[in-house]
Amino acid sequence: MARRVPTSTRIGFTILAWAIALLLFSPILWTILTAFKTEAEAIAAPPTFLPETFTLENFGAVQDRSDYIKHATNSIIVSFGSTLLGLVIAIPAAWSMAFAPTKRTKDILMWMLSTKMMPAVGVLIPIYLIFRDLRLLDTLHGLTLIMTLINLPIIIWMLYTYFKEIPVDILEAARMDGAELWNEITHVLVPMAIPGIASTLLLNVILAWNEAFWTITLTSGRAGTLTAFISSFSSPQGLFLAKLSAASLLAIAPILLLGWFSQKQLVRGLTFGAVK
Amino acid sequence: MGSISLSHVNKSFGDVQVIPDISLEINDGEFVVFVGPSGCGKSTLLRLIAGLEDTTSGHIRLDGQDVTDAPPARRGLAMVFQSYALYPHMSVRDNIAFPLKMAKTPQAEIDRKVDYAARTLNLASYLDRKPRALSGGQRQRVAIGRAIVREPKAFLFDEPLSNLDAALRVNMRLEITELHQQLKTTMIYVTHDQVEAMTMADRIVVLNAGNVEQFGSPLDLYRKPANRFVAGFIGSPRMNFIDGAEAGKHDAHSIGVRPEHIRLSTSEGAWQGVVNVSEQLGSDTFLHVQTDFGLLTVRTDGDQTFTHGDKVWLTPDPNRIYKFDAAGQAI
Ligand SMILES: Nc1ncnc2c1ncn2[C@@H]1O[C@H](COP(=O)(O)OP(=O)(O)OP(=O)(O)O)[C@@H](O)[C@H]1O
Ligand SMILES: [Mg+2]
Repeated sequence: MARRVPTSTRIGFTILAWAIALLLFSPILWTILTAFKTEAEAIAAPPTFLPETFTLENFGAVQDRSDYIKHATNSIIVSFGSTLLGLVIAIPAAWSMAFAPTKRTKDILMWMLSTKMMPAVGVLIPIYLIFRDLRLLDTLHGLTLIMTLINLPIIIWMLYTYFKEIPVDILEAARMDGAELWNEITHVLVPMAIPGIASTLLLNVILAWNEAFWTITLTSGRAGTLTAFISSFSSPQGLFLAKLSAASLLAIAPILLLGWFSQKQLVRGLTFGAVK
Repeated sequence: MGSISLSHVNKSFGDVQVIPDISLEINDGEFVVFVGPSGCGKSTLLRLIAGLEDTTSGHIRLDGQDVTDAPPARRGLAMVFQSYALYPHMSVRDNIAFPLKMAKTPQAEIDRKVDYAARTLNLASYLDRKPRALSGGQRQRVAIGRAIVREPKAFLFDEPLSNLDAALRVNMRLEITELHQQLKTTMIYVTHDQVEAMTMADRIVVLNAGNVEQFGSPLDLYRKPANRFVAGFIGSPRMNFIDGAEAGKHDAHSIGVRPEHIRLSTSEGAWQGVVNVSEQLGSDTFLHVQTDFGLLTVRTDGDQTFTHGDKVWLTPDPNRIYKFDAAGQAI
């Protein structure tokens, strides 16, 4: 039975929900609209809402000044590469934490999470120096590596919680059926955890895609991703707002589309096991 | 072949000692049942044999070969779980074929064996379904099918029928017994249902707090219980125990009489009592009679119609009085 809620309350909450959603969406909407304005109109006061002169000039200018395709390719390589590499490391790690825990497992999990609470600048200098000495600066594999390390705690945590939901009996049955560890993981654990693994993959691709601090500090021309691409358009002087918006729009569009098409999967994965 | 030998097996979880010291010899082809109260260590013992738990000390041998440190996959045993533990993402066919696939059996042979198992277990028409589309009894059959295809050295069952309803349990009990007669493979079966224990077992291991109280054939356990615990555990309704002066008359610390070994009369007998509750089952009637030595259970035929407050006389069969010393050991 659905709980009875008075119509007036329902209407009130619906309006409130829409208002909050619009408020949250407004910066993105503004970016989209600005991307199609001329630079003069973008800074006009009072501002215009819809572009008065609709123009695609900004997109052309953006591609001319800095290679969008190259940056997008780098973003794809780094975000998917780091997530897949992370999964390869995290699946066995989460298996052992979920199914063969020791007295210290909880501590290790907490410690991993605590590394996410530390501000990234805290390790900027050591990592920068290590990267310089190992010649990893401005390389795709260096960036993929750091992105894997940054997101590994989250990947392991997510997989750990999904694996916890899997009845250990089934893995034990596989062992009794003659499955060695590798087969137990590939034939039984992974197929059963597919929804969880998929949402871990999506979330971490998104996180890696949007990561700005390390991509901007560790890359310049060659390995720059889309976040570096956007930041190259924010200059302290000159007319840049419309171009910046166009660049931002180009940078977020792929991940926005990915998120849009996979939202069902994402929600299912994130609430996996919550309702049995 | 599938003889299993445990020598001085000990299992502790941290500081908690669950199995202090068990030695057992299970012969090839035997049907052995582990019974005991909840928490006595039946599942733990079975899991030690399976290799799903590490032995703290002691040795486990399979056909004379020490497997104490071998992982479950290398022991060649099959297990049927209480939860069935089917692979939910695989069809029934793939579930049954899984152990064969793991053993790298050629595909043609897998198909032949899976089809044979499916026919034997009446699963042929469900082979392409996923486990979630099966009833409890069918799932159980798939679990058994998965166990038999690989022709293991021994089968391990952990309360496989406890999730089924009463009628289905009786059916599956018979099917498992038939399977044992047909395959003649060693089976170890954990249950706390003593009807299952009595009817299925060649020999029963009675466990209590991680110790073997007695290991023998069902009738041995029934007729010659080694101690008060076994006497009380085997037999239903359970044995009546009488302490004190009445036991002293038999030179014992306590005596036991089974409900079926007490004769009932309305006029004369050894002990007098008053009917407290009468449970009529149709075939039998169980009377709970209040006497000077406490509440005694008496089994009598189904036609008796006693009610609360009726005066009755009870006479134990003198040849079937069990005597126990102060430590509870049979005298
Ligand atoms: N992983 C574990 N860690 C700590 N103690 C455990 C563990 N597994 C079992 N035990 C303890 O060992 C004892 C025996 O457990 P076990 O599961 O073998 O009992 P059982 O005889 O199978 O009982 P039941 O009939 O209820 O299934 C119990 O007291 C239980 O609490
Ligand atoms: Mg148990």
